[in-house]
Amino acid sequence: MKYLIIGNSVSAVAAIEGIRGQDKEGEITVISNEPYYNYSRPLISYFLGEKVLLKDMPFRSKDFYEKNKVKLILNVNADRVDTKKKYVVLSDKRKLNFDKLLIASGGAPIVSEIKNSDSDSVFTFTNLNDAVKLKKYIKTKKVKKAAVLGGGLIGLKVTEALIELGVKVTIIELADRILAASFDKKASNIIQKALEKIGCGLITNNTVSEIIKEKNGKIKKLVLKNKKTLDTDLLVTAIGVIPNKILAEEAGLKTDKGILVDFYMQTNVKDIYAAGDCASARDLLLSVNRPIAIWPAAARQGKVAGCNMAGVRKKYAGSFAMNSVELCGIPTISGGITCSLKKEDRVLEYYNEEKQIYKKVVLRDNKIIGAIFVGDIERAGLYIGLIKDKVDVAAFKDCLLKEDFGLISFPKEYRKHLVAGEAAIL
Amino acid sequence: MDKILIKEEYCMGCRLCEVYCLVQHSKTKNIIKAYKGEYPKPVSRIIVEEKGYVSFALQCRHCEDAPCLDACMSGAMYRDEKTNAVLCDEKKCVACWMCVMTCPFGVISRNIDDKKIASKCDLCANEEEPVCVKNCPNEAIVMVREKKK
Repeated sequence: MKYLIIGNSVSAVAAIEGIRGQDKEGEITVISNEPYYNYSRPLISYFLGEKVLLKDMPFRSKDFYEKNKVKLILNVNADRVDTKKKYVVLSDKRKLNFDKLLIASGGAPIVSEIKNSDSDSVFTFTNLNDAVKLKKYIKTKKVKKAAVLGGGLIGLKVTEALIELGVKVTIIELADRILAASFDKKASNIIQKALEKIGCGLITNNTVSEIIKEKNGKIKKLVLKNKKTLDTDLLVTAIGVIPNKILAEEAGLKTDKGILVDFYMQTNVKDIYAAGDCASARDLLLSVNRPIAIWPAAARQGKVAGCNMAGVRKKYAGSFAMNSVELCGIPTISGGITCSLKKEDRVLEYYNEEKQIYKKVVLRDNKIIGAIFVGDIERAGLYIGLIKDKVDVAAFKDCLLKEDFGLISFPKEYRKHLVAGEAAIL
Repeated sequence: MDKILIKEEYCMGCRLCEVYCLVQHSKTKNIIKAYKGEYPKPVSRIIVEEKGYVSFALQCRHCEDAPCLDACMSGAMYRDEKTNAVLCDEKKCVACWMCVMTCPFGVISRNIDDKKIASKCDLCANEEEPVCVKNCPNEAIVMVREKKK
């Protein structure tokens, strides 16, 4: 059996583990368009902020590929997939045959439509090369001021790292607040205040429309949508990521926002699978397919794809948007549907202004559909678990935000099921 | 695989397991020093829940298909090949708290006294038996060994 995997991040690694759980002998080949044998994408902001060294970036040890008998081909692109004759053409013109193919090609940064953005002081921030380039630029040009376009998770993580490097940062965000996709106003506000405290500037309801360059091509200043200007030494654009699906589209695979897959991570063509940020898989809460670009979903999808590729039927239970991120030393976890609620949804809240702790649980038909934790995330997994298992919480909803909330608050039957058996997986 | 079973019917809520767990995971393994003199302050990896007449101790279930293993983005969380326990390599942990988010039992906690790390039950790796099991006076925490084939 010949397995071919396009991409070498978490989905690919999980797929290898999934395949090798069943098939010890099949030939596995992984191709990557990056020079690194393995590294964790979410750690690039830790690397930039000098909290993690380059040598500590891998999330699997160097012998992982050897041990699992994987042939790893670096620095090549997959240019074309022939789904009928079952081969992939690489950018170096090589042709690789496969019996089972996994497309785990990830996502790419959304390109902003800014006038004059072809400057070498404009950066994106999605892979390790981006971080290496940005860090080198900051060190050699002794950058003092930076602007970050986009106040989402990537924008904030890069902001934090830049501040660690002693750079003064201004965030420019199109929405009325930071983290608008996952946080409500109260939650965003706590983080905004903390950012301001460490000297970070924030401009909301605005974007960059033009870059004014020096004669040498470097940024001089930015012109914002409201015609005001902002002096800066560099610009990082972090306005989102879109699935890499062109390869799949050109091969004739069905796509929507991402590469469409069924519950077994198979595309509409037999023996061709997709997983991770490029895939449009089941959203457990919205009951539709859509790309959910988060690490745990990518890992899960990869593992499920791997098992199915190796011939063991395993169903993907679906996932939903969730994230854990510590910002300015404040831990936060959010998951599910937290904003744009229906009229009949019930919201439970706890807010401690002095300690800057905020907790919110959203109920729909007596089930938790979303939760936010800022400042205190102890046991947040309990709530994420209740969302995933769609547990009716009517009997104990008054305890949900009490200090002593725990398994003890659950109905005895459900508690016993959890403790004695195993929790269903996300 | 070996598993720790918890029996709420037998738990008296004495919290001895917490004390033993904390001391076991201290540097000195001496109860007085562990509670009074160590920095970073050692923490118990077992949680005791109590409400009215019901109580039970809870620690990592070392799930066969563990969500925290999927969620760990630094590669710190791993499955020990010998014991099958889910362990955290504290040197690799970057304190992103993805494991805290995905653990449906809420038994991974933040240890933030020194270098921030995820803190969880390690089945008392070097002991014959986890100390919570060994020292529970009423057999409310018991070890069930997998039958050797």
